[in-house]
Amino acid sequence: MAERAYRLAVVFLVAAIVVAGFAAFGACADEPEQVIKVTAKKFEYSPNEITVKKGVPVTLEFTSLDRPHGFNCPDLAIRTDIMPGKVNRVHFVPQKTGTFEFHCDLFCGEGHENMTGKIIVTE
Amino acid sequence: MGTGMERREFLKLMGIGGVVFVSGLGPLAHAAGEKGTKDDFFFVQLSDTHIGFSDPKVNPDFAGTLKKAVAQVNSLSIQPDFIMFTGDLSHTTDDSKERRKRLQGFRDIVADLKVKTVRFMPGEHDAALDNGEAFQEFFGATHYTFAHKGVNFIVIDNVSDPTGSIGDVQLQWLAGELQKLDKDARIVVFTHRPLFDLAPTWDWATRDGAKAIELLMPYKNVVVFYGHIHQVHNQMTGHIPHHAAHGLMYPLPAPLSQPKKAPVPWDPAAPYKNLGFRGIDAKVLKADYVITEFPVKKG
Repeated sequence: MAERAYRLAVVFLVAAIVVAGFAAFGACADEPEQVIKVTAKKFEYSPNEITVKKGVPVTLEFTSLDRPHGFNCPDLAIRTDIMPGKVNRVHFVPQKTGTFEFHCDLFCGEGHENMTGKIIVTE
Repeated sequence: MGTGMERREFLKLMGIGGVVFVSGLGPLAHAAGEKGTKDDFFFVQLSDTHIGFSDPKVNPDFAGTLKKAVAQVNSLSIQPDFIMFTGDLSHTTDDSKERRKRLQGFRDIVADLKVKTVRFMPGEHDAALDNGEAFQEFFGATHYTFAHKGVNFIVIDNVSDPTGSIGDVQLQWLAGELQKLDKDARIVVFTHRPLFDLAPTWDWATRDGAKAIELLMPYKNVVVFYGHIHQVHNQMTGHIPHHAAHGLMYPLPAPLSQPKKAPVPWDPAAPYKNLGFRGIDAKVLKADYVITEFPVKKG
């Protein structure tokens, strides 16, 4: 009797996990990946304010219009070099809401220190 | 040490208060280079002079501040054994001719220092746009070692690579230099950027600085002096203290204390506030260093 109850509990537990998994997958599946193109040039990003949704995969596609730049968002642990003549991609899935600063981390000239932006992650 | 040193303004380390002691310094016997005179000595660190910067709202005496600092160093009653400039000698410019003109202007000013043993290293403003080419024309190598009275000095370049990295080649060189030293050798490291992640969102970090710290960790008696952040800041990574210096053109705000990093505007009520240089007493026999901050005076 006890063994039957145990088996039933395991079945329910597995079922619950599967249902929850499908629910979570369904939520993400409803939201297509966000692909956002960003250009970089002395000494600005365009756009320099990027809004994304928590839990929805994002690809940032960077192109440089002049010289090598960098993109670094330490709080989201994402970075890339932005080299001219190619598309430089960063993939991530935002796990927390908030506003996260990013900056050019490849010294690019007189206005380098003002080359910044922010990623806003919403619910 | 006379009137110059009487103006000392002692720093605090780790909130303990009073004189900064860089403790744990070992015996002289294992020092590389010069063998073991047991004299104490005194050296001066100046940083972030940013010659070429010209915003009067930030520093109306942009052309005169370094000259005042040079005069103050010259007025110290006991002259330092040597002087170290820890980078950003010039303010950045995209024009390579102008960069050389600024470096030349800097060199002309510091030529008035009475002490003739003066060493230099680049900051990113000097070197990141041309991988240190112009800097090397004026001042030579961007990373090197020297020894003085039993203390081993290591200058690490974390700016000529525009990514703010030391790079694998220089890290291998560093490992090789350290291998020559015993684990209790006294080691003073100069860098421009902090080796640790002080404020990565403000670019106050070195991308591969952790690798350098890892190489230094087995050594018991290491201290790091750096610039870049234009303010006094003291932090430990394990047993290694890191001391940032004031700048000599404009102060910057405390790490992450405001949304954007920007020079602190000039305060007419307190001119030259938070601009200055430091003296370091290397107390070899007592096994400590004493850091002194010198504010620039109006003149």
